[in-house]
Amino acid sequence: MAQKSWFLKGDVVSGAVLAALGVYIISEARQWNYVGPEGPGPGFFPMWYGIAMVVLSLWLVVVSAVRPAVAGAKVDWKGVGRAMLVWAVFALCTALLKLLGLLTVLALLTLFIVGVMYGKSLKIACAAAAGNALGFYLVFSLALNVGLPVGPLGF
Amino acid sequence: MDVLANLGHGFIVALEPLNLFWCFAGVFLGTVVGVMPGLGPAATIAMLLPLTFKMPPTSALIMLAGIYYGAKYGGSTTAILLNVPGESASVVTCLDGYQMARKGRAGAALGIAAIASFIAGTVGVVALMLVAPPLAKFGLAFSSPEYFALMVLGLAMVVLLAGESLVKALLAMLVGLWIAGMGIDLFSDASRFTFGNSEMLDGVDFVIVAIGVFALSEVFANMEQREEGTMLPVPKGLRNLLPTMAELKACRFAFLNGSVVGFIIGVLPGAGSTIASFISYGLEKAVSKHPEKFGTGVPEGVAAPEGANNSETGGALVPLLTLGIPGSGTTAILLAAFVLWGLKPGPLMIQDNPELFWGLVASMYVGNVMLLVLNLPLIPLFAQILKLPSYLLYPIILGISLVGVYTVSSSLFDCYMLAAFGLLGYLMRRLDYPSAPLILGLVLGDAMERALRQSLMMSQGDLGILVSRPISATMLVLAVLLLIMPLFRKFNSWRVRAIEENG
Repeated sequence: MAQKSWFLKGDVVSGAVLAALGVYIISEARQWNYVGPEGPGPGFFPMWYGIAMVVLSLWLVVVSAVRPAVAGAKVDWKGVGRAMLVWAVFALCTALLKLLGLLTVLALLTLFIVGVMYGKSLKIACAAAAGNALGFYLVFSLALNVGLPVGPLGF
Repeated sequence: MDVLANLGHGFIVALEPLNLFWCFAGVFLGTVVGVMPGLGPAATIAMLLPLTFKMPPTSALIMLAGIYYGAKYGGSTTAILLNVPGESASVVTCLDGYQMARKGRAGAALGIAAIASFIAGTVGVVALMLVAPPLAKFGLAFSSPEYFALMVLGLAMVVLLAGESLVKALLAMLVGLWIAGMGIDLFSDASRFTFGNSEMLDGVDFVIVAIGVFALSEVFANMEQREEGTMLPVPKGLRNLLPTMAELKACRFAFLNGSVVGFIIGVLPGAGSTIASFISYGLEKAVSKHPEKFGTGVPEGVAAPEGANNSETGGALVPLLTLGIPGSGTTAILLAAFVLWGLKPGPLMIQDNPELFWGLVASMYVGNVMLLVLNLPLIPLFAQILKLPSYLLYPIILGISLVGVYTVSSSLFDCYMLAAFGLLGYLMRRLDYPSAPLILGLVLGDAMERALRQSLMMSQGDLGILVSRPISATMLVLAVLLLIMPLFRKFNSWRVRAIEENG
C-alpha cells in the first residue's frame, strides 16, 4: 500500500512521463544527422535537450520517490473530473468546428457550461448561448470582418 | 541643436491635420488589434498595406507605425483581465497582471501597463532619435555567437521564473524547446517531431501554446468547483481604479528597466519584444527586495515587461531605418512598404528623407500621448468585464481563445492543438509545473538552435567561438552566474542555519 501511494505521487508520474518523452526525443534525434560536413545537423540540438530531459526527470522521480508524503495534501479528484469533463467537451467542440461552424459550436459550449456545469435553468442557458453566439457574430464577423469557421448553414 | 531643429520640423509634419488623423487611426486600430488574441500587428499592417498606396508615404508610415506600437498597448488588456495574452509579448504581463486583477487591482494593473507603455514608448522614441546610427552599428556587431549567448542568457531567466522547484521549471523549459523544434528544419529540410502530420510541418505557433497554457488552463482550473466562483473584485470609482502613488513609486525602477532593456533588445534584429519583456521581468525580479512576491500580483511585474514591450518598438525601428534590416515580422512588412513607396531605408535614409524620418519620430510622441489619453479613460469600461458572472465569462474566454488561434493561419488543426495545449496547461498547473519557463523555451528555442548551428558552422565545429568573442563571453558568464545563483542561496541558508545551530 505504501508503495502504491508513492507511485501515485504526481511528481513521480510526471517525471516518468517526461523521462519517456526524453527517451523518445533521443531516439528520434538518433535518426537525424548529428554532425554533417557543414556543421551540426538536425539531430544535434534535440539530442542534448533530450538527454537533459531524461537526467532531470529521473532526478525528479528519485527525489520525489524517497521524499516522505506531505500530510494533508489531498487531491480533489471530483474537481479534477469536472475540469476534465469541460476539457473533453471543449475538445469535442473543436472537432465539430468543421461540421457545425464556430457560432453553433460556441452556442453549444455555452449551453453546456451554463446549464450543466453551473446548473442554471434551461432558459438562462439558452439565452446565454444565443447571446454569446450573437455577440461573437457582431464583433468578429460583422465589425472586424474576421473569417470564422462556418458550417453547412453558413454560420 | 540639429536634433531639436529637426524634431521641430518633424512636429510640423506630424501635427498636420491629415497626419494627426492617420496617427489616431493607426493607434486606435493597433489597440483593437492588440486586444484580439491572434490578430497581430504584422497581419493587420499586411492587410492594410494595399490601402496605403495612394496615401502620401509619410501619412501612411505614421498610420502603420501607429498600428505597430498601438498593438503593444492593447495586448496587455486581455492579459490582465482574462489571462489571455493579446499578443506574444503580453505573456509575461499575465504573470502578475492577472494576479493583480484577482486581488481587485485590475484597474491599477491596466493603468500601470498604460503608464509604463507611455513612458517606455517615449523613451524608445527619444533613444531612436538620439542614438539610432551608433546603436545600429552595435547591433551589427552581433553575429551568431552573440545571438546564441543572448538566447542562453534569456533561458537562464528560468531561474527567476521558477516557482518552488527549479527542476520542474527546467523540465518545463525543455518541453518548450522540444515544441519549438517541431516542424521542418530549415538547414536540412528534415521534418522533426511532426508525427507524420503535414499540418505540423510549419511548426507550432507560439500563440496556440500561450493561449492554451495560460487562458484555457485557467478556465479548466476554475471549473473544478461546482459553485459559481466569486467574481473578481472591481473597486468602485475612477480613483480606486487607477494605480495609487505607492504603486507608481514601487514601479519607478521598473519603468526605467523596461525602457532601457526593451530598447536595447529591440535594436538587435530578431530578438523581439517577447524576449525583451522576459528579460526585463527577470531583471526586475533579480534586483527586487521581495522577489518571492513576483507572480502573486506586484505592480513592478506589470510595469517592467509592458515597458520593455513598448520601448522595443523604438529599438526595432533603428536597424530598419538606418540599415534597412528588419528585425521582426512586423518590421519586415514595414520594409516591404518602404520599397513599394520607392524609399530605401539605410544609412542615407535620415539624410535623404528628413521629413519622413523626423515626421515619424514626432508622430510617435503624439501617438504615445494619444494612446495614454485613449487607454486611461477606457480602464473603468474594460474593468467591467470582470463583473460578468463566471458562467458567462468562461464561455467568452473559450470563444475568444478559439477565434484568436483560428485567425493565426485559418487552420482548424490549430484549434485541435489548442485543446491539447489547454490540457497540458491544466496538468502543469495541477502538478505545480510553472508555465512561464515553457513559454520561454518555446520563444527562444528555435532562434537559439539556429544561432548555435550557425556559430558552429562559422567555426567549423569549434565551440571556442562562443567564448572567444567578448560580447558573447560576457553574456555567457552572466547566464552561468544566474544559473548558479540558487546554489549560492541554498549554500548561504545552510551556512546560516549551521551557525545558528552551533551558536
